[in-house]
Amino acid sequence: MGELKLPPIDYGALAPMLILFGVACLGVLVEVFVPRRSRNAVQLVLALLGVAAALTVLVINRNTRIVTIGGAVAIDGPTVFLQGSILVLGAVSLFLIGERSVEAGGAFVAQAAVLVGSDKDSRQSAGQPGLTEVYPLAAFALGGMLLFVAANDLLTMFVALEVFSLPLYLLCALARRRRLLSQEAALKYFLLGSYASAFFLFGIALLYGYAGGVQLSVIHQAAANPQRSQLLLYGGLGLVAIGLLFKSALAPFHIWTPDVYQGAPTPITAFMAACTKVAAFGALLRVLYVAFEGVRWDFQPVLGTVAALTMLVGAILAVTQTDMKRLLAYSSVANAGYLMVGVLALNPDGLSSTMFYLVAYGFSVLAAFAIVTLVRDSDGEATHLSRWAGIGRKSPLLAGVFTFILLAFAGIPLTSGFTAKFAVFGAAVAGGQTWLVIFGVVTSMLIAFPYLRVVVLMWLSEPGETTPAVSIPGFLTSAALGLGVIVTVALGVVPAPLIDLTREASQFVR
Amino acid sequence: MEHTYAPATGVLSGIWLLVAIPLASAAILLLLGRRADKWGHWLGVLAVAASFVLGLIFFIKLGGLPADKRSAELSLFDFIDVGRLKVDFGLLFDPLSGVFVLLITGVGSLIHLYAVGYMAHDEGRRRFFGYFNLFVAAMLLLVLGNNYVMLYFGWEGVGVASYLLISFWYTRPSAATAGKKAFLMNRVGDAGLAIAVFLMFTTVGSTRYADVFGGVASLSATTVLIMGLLLLLGAAGKSGQFPLQAWLPDAMEGPTPVSALIHAATMVTAGVYLIARSHPIFSANETLQLVVVGVGALTLLMGCVIGAAKDDIKRVLAWSTVSQIGYMFLGVGLGGAAYALAIIHLLAHGFFKANMFLGAGSVMHGMHDQVDIRRFGGLRKHMRTTWLTFMTGWLAIIGIPPLSGFFTKEPIIAAAFDREGWTGWLFGGAAMLGAGLTAFYMTRLFVLTFHGPERYTEENTHPHESPAIMTIPLVLLALGSVVAGWVMSTTVVDWLNPVFGEAPEHHESLWITLLSILVTVAGAGLAWALFRNGTALAPEPAGFVVTAARRNLYTDAFNEAVFERPGVYLTRALVYLDGKGIDGLVNGLAAGVGGGSGRLRRLQTGFVRSYALSMLTGAMLVVGAFLAIQLGWLA
Repeated sequence: MGELKLPPIDYGALAPMLILFGVACLGVLVEVFVPRRSRNAVQLVLALLGVAAALTVLVINRNTRIVTIGGAVAIDGPTVFLQGSILVLGAVSLFLIGERSVEAGGAFVAQAAVLVGSDKDSRQSAGQPGLTEVYPLAAFALGGMLLFVAANDLLTMFVALEVFSLPLYLLCALARRRRLLSQEAALKYFLLGSYASAFFLFGIALLYGYAGGVQLSVIHQAAANPQRSQLLLYGGLGLVAIGLLFKSALAPFHIWTPDVYQGAPTPITAFMAACTKVAAFGALLRVLYVAFEGVRWDFQPVLGTVAALTMLVGAILAVTQTDMKRLLAYSSVANAGYLMVGVLALNPDGLSSTMFYLVAYGFSVLAAFAIVTLVRDSDGEATHLSRWAGIGRKSPLLAGVFTFILLAFAGIPLTSGFTAKFAVFGAAVAGGQTWLVIFGVVTSMLIAFPYLRVVVLMWLSEPGETTPAVSIPGFLTSAALGLGVIVTVALGVVPAPLIDLTREASQFVR
Repeated sequence: MEHTYAPATGVLSGIWLLVAIPLASAAILLLLGRRADKWGHWLGVLAVAASFVLGLIFFIKLGGLPADKRSAELSLFDFIDVGRLKVDFGLLFDPLSGVFVLLITGVGSLIHLYAVGYMAHDEGRRRFFGYFNLFVAAMLLLVLGNNYVMLYFGWEGVGVASYLLISFWYTRPSAATAGKKAFLMNRVGDAGLAIAVFLMFTTVGSTRYADVFGGVASLSATTVLIMGLLLLLGAAGKSGQFPLQAWLPDAMEGPTPVSALIHAATMVTAGVYLIARSHPIFSANETLQLVVVGVGALTLLMGCVIGAAKDDIKRVLAWSTVSQIGYMFLGVGLGGAAYALAIIHLLAHGFFKANMFLGAGSVMHGMHDQVDIRRFGGLRKHMRTTWLTFMTGWLAIIGIPPLSGFFTKEPIIAAAFDREGWTGWLFGGAAMLGAGLTAFYMTRLFVLTFHGPERYTEENTHPHESPAIMTIPLVLLALGSVVAGWVMSTTVVDWLNPVFGEAPEHHESLWITLLSILVTVAGAGLAWALFRNGTALAPEPAGFVVTAARRNLYTDAFNEAVFERPGVYLTRALVYLDGKGIDGLVNGLAAGVGGGSGRLRRLQTGFVRSYALSMLTGAMLVVGAFLAIQLGWLA
C-alpha cells in the first residue's frame, strides 16, 4: 500500500469555478450579516462581480489546455468557450433575476414557507421584498454548470450535475405568484430529475464495469478493444445518455420542460433555457466526442432518431399551446433537436457550430423571456396567449422586438436563428447526416407557424378589455432585453467573428 | 458553356449601393417612428428612385463592356466560414440581374409614387413605406446575390416584407387570413429551396453560382433531378404555380391595388428568376425540363379556367396572373431560346398587368368599391380614359398584334410546338388552348365592365372618371402595353445572350402564328357574343366544369383533405400522447382568460407518474435500440 499522494492541481485553471463557489458561500454569509434593506443590492452586485471576476480569469487563462486534479477536470477549447458562454448568459440572467422595479419586490416569493392562499401569502404577494437567497443559489448553479462542462470523468460530471440541479429545483419553487404551480413545477422537476440522475449513475456503474475506470479517456481506450462485454458498453452509454438527454430536454425525456418552464419564476425559466442548455449540451458533446467517438456508427442512428423525434414533437406541440411560456418551452425543445443535429455531425464543425448555436439561442431566448416578464396585469404575468391579443397596438416597440425575436426563432435570414441553424445543418450535411438536415428544415418550417400565430395575434387582433398594459422595463430588464436583441442581430449579420472563435476552440483534450 | 464572372471594377463596384439605399431608408423609417411621419414617404420614394438611377447607370456601364465580359461579381465579406462551408456576402450584376434590377426599381418607383397619393390620408403611411422599401431591398438582394444563400436571404426577406404588406391593413380579417395562407404556402416552397441549397453543399461543396454551374456536369443525373425539383418547388411557392398556387389570388385580393401590384409585378417573378438563373441545372436534365414545362402548362390552363368563372374583377386579374406566370414557366422549362422569351414575357406582363390592376383600381374608385363585374356595364361612357387604357391592356394580354403580348406570348407557344416528339404537340396545344381561353375570359371581363347595359345595383351610383394622379400612370402604362413587346422582342433577347448563350436558330412558322391569332379572335369573339347583353346578377346554376372552376378546381378542398386534416389528426394524436396539451386545445379555449392557479393545479395533479412512465419507456427504447444494434438485431 503506497503513500496517498495528492494529485497535482492547477488552481489557475480551476479559478473560475472556485470564484463562483466562493461567491456563493459569501452570499450565504451576506444573508446573515447584511440588513434586509440593502441585501438585494449587495447580493446582486456580489453575484455580478463574481461572474465578472470568473470571466476575467477565464479570459486571462484562455489558452490553458490541461487535464488536472487527477484527470477529473479538463480545461480545453470547448471548456473555455462553453464556460465563457455560461458566464455571459448567466450575467444577463442575473439582470433578470435582479429586476425589482417591474413588480414590487421582484419576481420571487418573500417567504417560501407560508401557506398558499393564507393571509400571510396575500401579504407577501402584495409587495414584500423577495427572497435574496436566489443569488447564492444562482451562483451555486452557475459554478456547477462550469464544472459540468469541464468534467473529464463521469463521477465528477455526476457531482456537477447534482450541484447545479439542486439549486435549480429550489429556484423553480420561488415564484411570487401562482405559488402552487411553481411548487408543483419544482417538485416535478426534482422527482423526474432525480429519476434521470439514477439512470445516469447506473450508466456510470456499467461503464466502470466495462472499462475499469470512469475517466472519459479510459472509456475511449477500452471501447477500442472489442474483446470486452459490449452489453456493458452499450447499456452504459444508453443510460448515461439518458441522463444527459433529460437535462438537454430531448424527446422523449423533454416531458418535464413545459410544466417546469411554465411554473418557474420567469427569470429562472430564462436562466434554465439559456444556461442549462449550454451546460447540458456541453457535457453531451464531451461525452460523445471524447469517450464514445470510436463507436459513433452505433449511436448515431439511435440519437439521430431522438433528435428527429425531438424536432417533430417540439414543432407540432408548439402549435397547440395557448400559454406563452409553454409555447417557448416547446420551442426550446425543438431547438434542442436542432442542437442535437449539430452534435451528431461528430466532426469539428459540428462541435463549433453547436457551440455557436448555444450562444445565439441563449441570447434570443433571454430576450424572449424578458418580454414575457413585462406583459402583466394586477395578477402578475399574463402568459395566456389570448391576453397578448392586440398588444402591438398598445406597445408597438415591445411587440416589434418580440416579433423580431420570433422571426429569429423561425430562422429568418439576418437573424442569429438563421446563421445558427445554417451552421449546424451545414456541419451535419458534411458529417453525412443529410436525412436529419431534411428533417430539420421541414420541422423548422412547421414551427414557424406557431411563431407566426403569435405575431398575428399581437398585431392583427383587436386588443380586448383584458389586454394587459405592458410594464415599463427597469434598467436591468432593459439591459438584458437590449443585449439579447443586439446579439441576435449581430450574429445574424456578421457571425464570422464568433464562428472563428468557436472554431479555434473546437478541440477536446483527452 | 463556361460559367465564370468577371470581378467588379470601377463604377460597377458600387452595386452594393442598390441594396443598401432602400435598406437604409427602411431602417430610418421604421426606427425613427412618428418623428419621420411628415417627410417619411418622400424619403421612401427617393430611395427607390435613387436605386433606379444607379441601376440605370450600372446597366449602361455593363452594356459598354465586351459581351463575354459583361458581368460584375463583388465579394463584400465572408459571411459564414465553417470548415468546408464557405459563404460569401457577394453580389453579381450581369445582364439577367440588370434587367430585373431595372424592373424592380422602375416599377417600384412608380408604385411608390402612386402610393404617395393613394395613402395620403392613411395614418400608417410612414410604416407602409418602411415595409415597402424593405421589400424592394430584399427583392434586389434576391436578384443581385452571387450565390444561393444570398438568394435565399432575399427570398425570405421578400416573404417577410410581403407578409407585412399584405397584413398592413390589419383592420381587415381577410387580409390577415390571406397573409397567413401566403406565409404557409411560401414556407413549403422555402423548405424546398433550403434543402436544395444544402444539397449543393453536399454535392458541389459551394453555393456560388459559378461553382455550382461549373460542377453540374460532374453530378449524377439523379442528383441534378432532385436538386432541380427542389428548386422548382421553391419557385412554384413564390410564383404561385401548381401545386402551391392557392395563396396568390387570395393575397392579391388583399387590401389595395397597390400591394396587389407589388406582388403581380415583382414578387411573383422571383420564381421565374430562380429557374432562369439556374438554367445550367435545368438544361442539364431532360426530365427536369419536362416537369417544369408540365407545371407551367398545367398552371396556365388552371388559371384560365378558374379565371373564366370568377366574378370579382381583382380575382379574375389575379388568376390571370397565375396563368401568365404559367406561360413564363413553360418558357423557362423549354430552355434554349425560350429562356429569353420567358424573361421578355415577364417584362411585358409587368406593363399590361400593372395597367389593368390600376385600371381596376380606377373602376372601383368610381363605383364605390364595387368589385363584382356582373354589377358593372356601360362604363365606357363614364370613364373614357380608364376604358381606353384598359382596352390596350386587354388587347395586349390576349395577344392581338401589334400589341406587346403578341410579341412575347406567341413565340413561347411556337417554341412549345418546336419541342421534339409528341410532347411538343401536347404542350404547344395546351399553350394554344390557353391563348384561346385567355382571350375568352379577358374579353368577358372587359365587355361586362365597360360595355353592355348598366347593371348597377346600389342606388346613387354615379360612375365617374378618376383624378389625374391615377389616370396619368394608366396612360403611361398603356403606352408600355402597346409598344413594349415589339421593342423588347429583339433588344432584350440580344442583351441576354451572354447569360443564356447564343440562341439556336428559331423556326419561324407562319401557320402557328396565324392559328394562334385565329384562336384568340375566336375566343374573344365568343365571349363578346355571349356577354354583349350583360349577364344575370346572381351566379346561375352551372354544369360540372363551371362549378369546379368556381371552386378553384377543388384545389383548396384537396389541400384541406390531403395536408390540413392529416396535420390536424397528427397534432391531436401527439397532443393526446402528451397528456397535458388538452389544456392547450380545449380547456384553454373554453376557460379563456385566466391563470387561476386552481384550474391549472387541477390539470397538473397526478401527472408525474405518467411522465416518469414515459421516460422509462423512452429509456427502454433507447437502451434497447443500442443493444439491438450491437447484438445485430437491427443491422
